[in-house]
Amino acid sequence: MDLTLSESELAFQAEAREWLAANVPAEPLPSMDTAEGWRLHQEWEARLAEARWSVVSWPRDYHGREASLVEWVVFEEEYYRAGAPGRVSQNGIFLLAPILFDHGTQEQQDRFLPSMATGEQIWAQCWSEPEAGSDLASLTSTARRDDERGGWVLNGQKTWSSRASFAHWGFGLFRSDPEAERHRGLTYFLFPLDADGVTVRPIAQLDGEVGFAEIFFEDVFVPDSDVLGDPGDGWRVAMSTAGNERGLSLRSPGRFCAAADRLVELYRSAPDPAYAGDVVDAWIKAQAYRLYTWGTVTRLAAGGDLGAAGSVNKVFWSELDIALHETALDLRGPEAELESRWLDGYTFALSGPIYAGTNEVQRNIVAERILGLPREVRG
Amino acid sequence: MRFELDSDQKDFADALDRLLAGADTATVARAWAAGDHEPGLKLWGRLFDMGVTSLAAEDDGADPVFMTIAFERLGHHAVPGPWVESVAYLGNAGGIWTVAALPHVPYALDADIADQVYAGERRVSEIGELYSSVDRARRLFDVGAPEVAWDTAFDRAVLAVSAQLLGLGERVLADSVAYVKQRRQFGREIGSYQAIKHALADVRIALDFARPLVYGAALGAISPSAAKVAAGDAAYLSSRTGLQVHGAIGYTAELDLSIWITKIRALVSAWGTPAVHRERLLRELG
Repeated sequence: MDLTLSESELAFQAEAREWLAANVPAEPLPSMDTAEGWRLHQEWEARLAEARWSVVSWPRDYHGREASLVEWVVFEEEYYRAGAPGRVSQNGIFLLAPILFDHGTQEQQDRFLPSMATGEQIWAQCWSEPEAGSDLASLTSTARRDDERGGWVLNGQKTWSSRASFAHWGFGLFRSDPEAERHRGLTYFLFPLDADGVTVRPIAQLDGEVGFAEIFFEDVFVPDSDVLGDPGDGWRVAMSTAGNERGLSLRSPGRFCAAADRLVELYRSAPDPAYAGDVVDAWIKAQAYRLYTWGTVTRLAAGGDLGAAGSVNKVFWSELDIALHETALDLRGPEAELESRWLDGYTFALSGPIYAGTNEVQRNIVAERILGLPREVRG
Repeated sequence: MRFELDSDQKDFADALDRLLAGADTATVARAWAAGDHEPGLKLWGRLFDMGVTSLAAEDDGADPVFMTIAFERLGHHAVPGPWVESVAYLGNAGGIWTVAALPHVPYALDADIADQVYAGERRVSEIGELYSSVDRARRLFDVGAPEVAWDTAFDRAVLAVSAQLLGLGERVLADSVAYVKQRRQFGREIGSYQAIKHALADVRIALDFARPLVYGAALGAISPSAAKVAAGDAAYLSSRTGLQVHGAIGYTAELDLSIWITKIRALVSAWGTPAVHRERLLRELG
């Protein structure tokens, strides 16, 4: 058991730290859910990619540097410690890309991964439907076979699609076999959001910004070359995305450690003993998350998979994120309601226990798949 | 970077588990609480043979990770006796020692059966009044404890208690999960109800995130105070949830669960209360 970095990992860390110190914008960028902020975040992705920092763990041919899992975590820690911008390309590089690497054809990888790495093409995830939220397998948007054109015709509606207001491409599940029940008969599709028949309607979030959208599909043609994995195998393919979203990739430990350190600073600037315990607890939990991640990395590096532990992880970080920002607002006293980075962080954190599978769904998974409790009777 | 027990460490944990699982530690703890120390002293001897008592002895193979593993197992099996005092704090490899040290350790655990009793650094021969703890296997004695400084030995004791709490919490969760799988009400196992599932899932999550702090502290990567706060919170949540899902049977002294529940409550405030450790962390954060 040891928690030390090797010589080469330390060198990697130093290189990342140096580049970030010289390149991270001094002022936070405007929100990525505004037209101006979107453009600036895309530019930032291009800059990262140029220096091969946008997707460090990817192959060199796709703008990566073939970094190990340990190096990836080290980079994430450095990234957030440096106060670097949120990743507008997150849905693509963290959620879709692992699936493309595992299930995509060579042609798909060559076509999609480079522009994803440079931020030139931003991806939106299209999972939920108005009547299929936590119960995702009940989705009803359809894909109809079109043999003549060699592809599929999509119809239906997706909603709560993060980044879809400005994104270029989407990925999601459609029911390709109307006879099959629930998890069977679903297919994973990739589609441009400006395709004929696609209508994107931005939805203003709690903070008034259009961080997600609803998407309508009216006879949208998708060629066979844009099906990910086998037709009918979409649920299995998609669930590896869900694991990524809940687990390691979406919430880097560095993000919470950096925020917890800022919280301690905030407390120092105006100590209010009433919240001292909350400040320390947020710091402890951020450290717990950091150390827990090293355990996860160890297991993954040894060939294990995240499995249901992703659900343990998701409940923990989403609750930590809220507690941490609530404490910051408490410390700001009557100023708490005013526009600030803390308020932005708080509003964003509020979505954590809901997206990527609500925390209630996650607790069911923990109870059934880790503790081995009897499955809920499902309707 | 390898933040998981290696095979030697796992083997050591497994060997301790086998020994303790076969030793009927619940009966040992009940006897100890009733003033019959024989079975407990015999168990102490067997753990001595396995090297447990020398894991914090400076010149005798001290190893914080192995010590942490041992204390987690001691907690898991609710082994009675002044283990933290003798092994972790005093770093004594042979014999049973105990200590009281103000302000955080006002009484000496099991001073009546210890070979050596310390009030801070001073060895004492007279022991005073017996106080009974919520954990009846913790027999506490007044020995006129002086104020002592917080030193590395104290940190080692804090780490050991944290590991014990982790083991105690894990055991209560395991027993609770087993119970809700077999207890039936309203025609089905109570473990199939979401209210029960979510409560136990929260315990699983709390323990999973306390563990890396405990072992991180063993490696010197984080303050033992962080480990104590997290392990104390997680174990306490486990004890409260465990009691709740057992219902009235859990509230009885007869069910062995009571041994674990009361020990957790005692250790949450032993070797520095949560408030003491939080305050110390905040100070250390600058």
